[in-house]
Amino acid sequence: MNALAALIRRDIRIALRVGGGALIGVLFFLTVVVLMPFAVGPDLALLTRLGPAILWLGALLASLLTLDRLFMADHDDGSLDLIVMSQTPLELACATKALAHWLAAGLPLVLATPVLGLLLNLDALATSAVALTLLAGTPALTFTGMIGAALAVTLHRGGLLLAVLVLPLSIPVLIFGVAASQAAITGLSFGAPFSILCALSLISFVIGPFAAAASLRHGLD
Amino acid sequence: MRLSGRGVRCVRGGREVFSGLDFDASAGEALAVTGSNGSGKTSLLRLIAGLLTISGGSIGLEGGEAELTLPEQAHYLGHRDALKPALSVMENLAFWRDFLGGEASDVGTSLATVGLDHAVHLPAAYLSAGQRRRLSIARLLAVRRPVWLLDEPTNALDAAGQSMFAALMGDHLARGGLIVAATHAPLGITARELRIGGPA
Repeated sequence: MNALAALIRRDIRIALRVGGGALIGVLFFLTVVVLMPFAVGPDLALLTRLGPAILWLGALLASLLTLDRLFMADHDDGSLDLIVMSQTPLELACATKALAHWLAAGLPLVLATPVLGLLLNLDALATSAVALTLLAGTPALTFTGMIGAALAVTLHRGGLLLAVLVLPLSIPVLIFGVAASQAAITGLSFGAPFSILCALSLISFVIGPFAAAASLRHGLD
Repeated sequence: MRLSGRGVRCVRGGREVFSGLDFDASAGEALAVTGSNGSGKTSLLRLIAGLLTISGGSIGLEGGEAELTLPEQAHYLGHRDALKPALSVMENLAFWRDFLGGEASDVGTSLATVGLDHAVHLPAAYLSAGQRRRLSIARLLAVRRPVWLLDEPTNALDAAGQSMFAALMGDHLARGGLIVAATHAPLGITARELRIGGPA
């Protein structure tokens, strides 16, 4: 437990320091959403309708952007060797690293959503619906993306591959995330798509660490 | 305690690096692995550390902690020093001490032993190659583990650093530790030579 706490503290500390890259995701998210009204034009009704989809797309791309460093940095400097050798099961270490990554890079996206909702003419209800779905859905993006990040380590220079591998896996999360937010706005049943979104997150918590650990073990050289 | 390998075979990328390698080292003994470049010194250390899968033969540790595997009782000091440039010297070492757990000693003392106590709060990004190596060596002291696997440990160390490290290795052996070091340079301690790949 001590070991995992140390790992989470270290990863968050590195992410928040200069060059850590945690804020790159938020900045990218901000850029995409701020530019969108200029591209779509001043049609407020249209912006409101597109709002949840734009926020979700921005969050998805922003979380992909920082994901490739999840294991790559530790692999490059040899830390991964020592993590594999340690008494901590690799699955738990992977889950911990993903959690730290989500806290440093995913949670800020959720926190930025209310501010960005204003730019897209979303009312308080719609904004909180999107923020809630992002809170439930972005962990799934991180934990499925972790599988791609682990594969990218074993296939050298697999940064580009990461996007190709991870995007199809994140499509269900995107569909149900946007569906739940739209349902909350239009007054349809919010429960069903939101439950499925939470289920997707829970599945990814189980599968992600095991798949990533298996990939890392297999690819050590 | 006894580390032994029988008929160890190593295959990397479809090519056989070495095969039929036998070695033995008991507590208090050091093994210096020598051989030309590419003969498989690093591969042997990584096989012992469990970082490569063994293609034939066996490697085992007798008389260690029963519930721990060989890699969990070993320190691996590789070419890559497992340091984070964004973290300070102290933070780097404290992380490995907490993460590796077990019987740990004081971080400050370990840093003083390797001569880095003046740079405790300096980010690791500003360390020279020799200082980085000293910080990696401090990891071996901060967490007690019986088996040390060292890959070219004296690289980048100055003369004072080399004699400091030789003394540390001597202490480790005197306390019943065990060292396997891949090296081209003399280690400064009495070590049995294990030659890979025939005479160079």
